[in-house]
Amino acid sequence: MKARVTVYPRREILDPQGKAIRDALSRVGFPGVDDVRAGKSFEISLAGEDPEAARRQLRDMCERLLANTVVEDYAVELLDGGAGVQS
Amino acid sequence: MKCGVVVFPGSNCDHDIYHVLKHVLQQDVTFLWHQDDTLQGCELVVLPGGFAYGDYLRAGAMAALSPVMGAVKRHAGAGGLVLGICNGFQVLLEAGLIPGAMRRNQNLRFLCRDVYLKVERTDLPFTWKFRPGQLMRIPIAHGEGNYEDAPERLDALEANRQVVFRYVTPEGERADADPQWNPNGAARAIAGVCNTGGNVLGMMPHPERCAEPILGNTDGLTLLASAVEAGSQVLGARR
Repeated sequence: MKARVTVYPRREILDPQGKAIRDALSRVGFPGVDDVRAGKSFEISLAGEDPEAARRQLRDMCERLLANTVVEDYAVELLDGGAGVQS
Repeated sequence: MKCGVVVFPGSNCDHDIYHVLKHVLQQDVTFLWHQDDTLQGCELVVLPGGFAYGDYLRAGAMAALSPVMGAVKRHAGAGGLVLGICNGFQVLLEAGLIPGAMRRNQNLRFLCRDVYLKVERTDLPFTWKFRPGQLMRIPIAHGEGNYEDAPERLDALEANRQVVFRYVTPEGERADADPQWNPNGAARAIAGVCNTGGNVLGMMPHPERCAEPILGNTDGLTLLASAVEAGSQVLGARR
């Protein structure tokens, strides 16, 4: 089973990288960009067939390692077999 | 007092703090390897600066899960002294020994220069040799020192008197919004934080880089001398 985990700075927290990228986009000719959040994406291959168990495991991975929940939010997404349902 | 300096793959200030503890402060010092799960009886444990595990994922995230950190957590839980400097502070945050988290510096640059700190607490094992409100000039060298936490958690941190050092002007005034004096944009200009027990301290600036007259600055020596002297008193009293 393949999954994608995305980790982003939390909305209420200023994201210095995202802001710099927004300003750079404006400089190269995209003035209409209101906001950019710069995060990370992980592609994870998992053994097992149970989508619920996989999602549970992925959330646990985020809580324990992949995200720092003090400053980051995360989303997990199954890319096949799990109908791509976000949680 | 017996001091241990933890060495992670990617630590690069380990020999600096070892030198100050051993040759300037004449202490018994040993290196502690990240794969070890004991502290060899060390009373003061220092997590040094550097880029532990290459700062992969997030600064300090991988190091926080290494075997030695289990021993460091037990030591901290028993009231033992733990000092995290720069990357060591980031490791303490990721290990949950100190609340909060680090973001990239506000200007996105690696900053390497002197800053001014105000010592907010002088009743800790790490700071008892300072005068109340004393200022320090001390170097920083980091890309991620922009301390952050939720506003209510920052309020709790202040209420518990866990803010030990704050970035200030050379006159000792707060200038939180001025990048010259609050260089990385840290929330409430926070440069150093302790746990509620006061036995674990994390700080971004480098006291070991200003601890000898030949370096032109000994402000950091006051902190390290406090730790090694108070530490033996505290631990001696407990035995």
